Amino acid sequence: MSHSSAATAQNPALRHHFAEMEQQRDAASLGMWLFLVTEIMFFGGMFCAYLIYRLQHFNDFAAASQSLSIKLGATNTAVLIASSLTVVLAVHAARHGKRKLLVFYLLATIVLGCTFLGVKAVEYADKFKEHHVPGPSFNFAPERMQGHPEQPPIDMRHAEMFFSLYFVMTGMHALHMIIGVGLFSGLTYLSWKGRYTADYYTPIENAGLYWHFVDVVWIYLFPLLYLISRHP
Amino acid sequence: MSEHETSVGFYILIFVILLVLTATTVGAAFINLGPLNPILVLAIATTKALLVVLFFMHVKGASEKMTKLVILAGLFWLLLLLGLTLADYGTRLWS
Repeated sequence: MSHSSAATAQNPALRHHFAEMEQQRDAASLGMWLFLVTEIMFFGGMFCAYLIYRLQHFNDFAAASQSLSIKLGATNTAVLIASSLTVVLAVHAARHGKRKLLVFYLLATIVLGCTFLGVKAVEYADKFKEHHVPGPSFNFAPERMQGHPEQPPIDMRHAEMFFSLYFVMTGMHALHMIIGVGLFSGLTYLSWKGRYTADYYTPIENAGLYWHFVDVVWIYLFPLLYLISRHP
Repeated sequence: MSEHETSVGFYILIFVILLVLTATTVGAAFINLGPLNPILVLAIATTKALLVVLFFMHVKGASEKMTKLVILAGLFWLLLLLGLTLADYGTRLWS
């Protein structure tokens, strides 16, 4: 395989320190995964803090979680999963050298990503109105966990801890989404210009890996933050 | 380069399964299953994450074994972080 590709004309995208396109692509993919592993550990620290406090103050966390809108959270989950589909279809289009289809799917991903961020903004605005944002004006009214009169009263400080974790975790997630939308905007422009061909579309693939990773983080955030003890 | 040729239909199938699992996890949250609730929720989330990683991120068809090693090492480190920390906090209540 290496003999035949060395004999044929070199792809202009091939850097001189790689023997062939496939080696270059594998190296880029490995580098992307190494980066994603550091991201796993970054979010892992926050998930760890969340788990410790949730185990210690379960009732307060459950009561605070019940104030989040499942409808908006579930909608956003569906939107993000749909955006993962458009990303994978964009990579598929790139692999087959379909430039216009690639641009279409990248634009669809940007639209879905912005939809997610818009819904998130609505949720944040609701939290500000309800005084559920940690800080001097924080106030959490429910005295007991919904439907559980036998449980001890809610400690407002612990509910505030839930909202601190909620804002930090969803906020960091949203920041990653904003970066992703920026990445895809640049890639859309370059794709339209015809930079990517069936032989070279590594940036599309790696941006896709990043986007799927952000999707996976949300797949865990949604049930952990929104779905604590919802049953009566 | 095309060591794994996945069709558009297959991607859409994975997408539909992910949506069904999302609906299942929301529905299950409203049913009282006792201690099974958090376990079920995490099991569904992990299934969804696996589907995304294996088929959308193409780890299943990855040619490079090194990539798989890096991912497994990353998960191992994450389990160390979560497992050992929770083993500490979980056993402090004894005293």
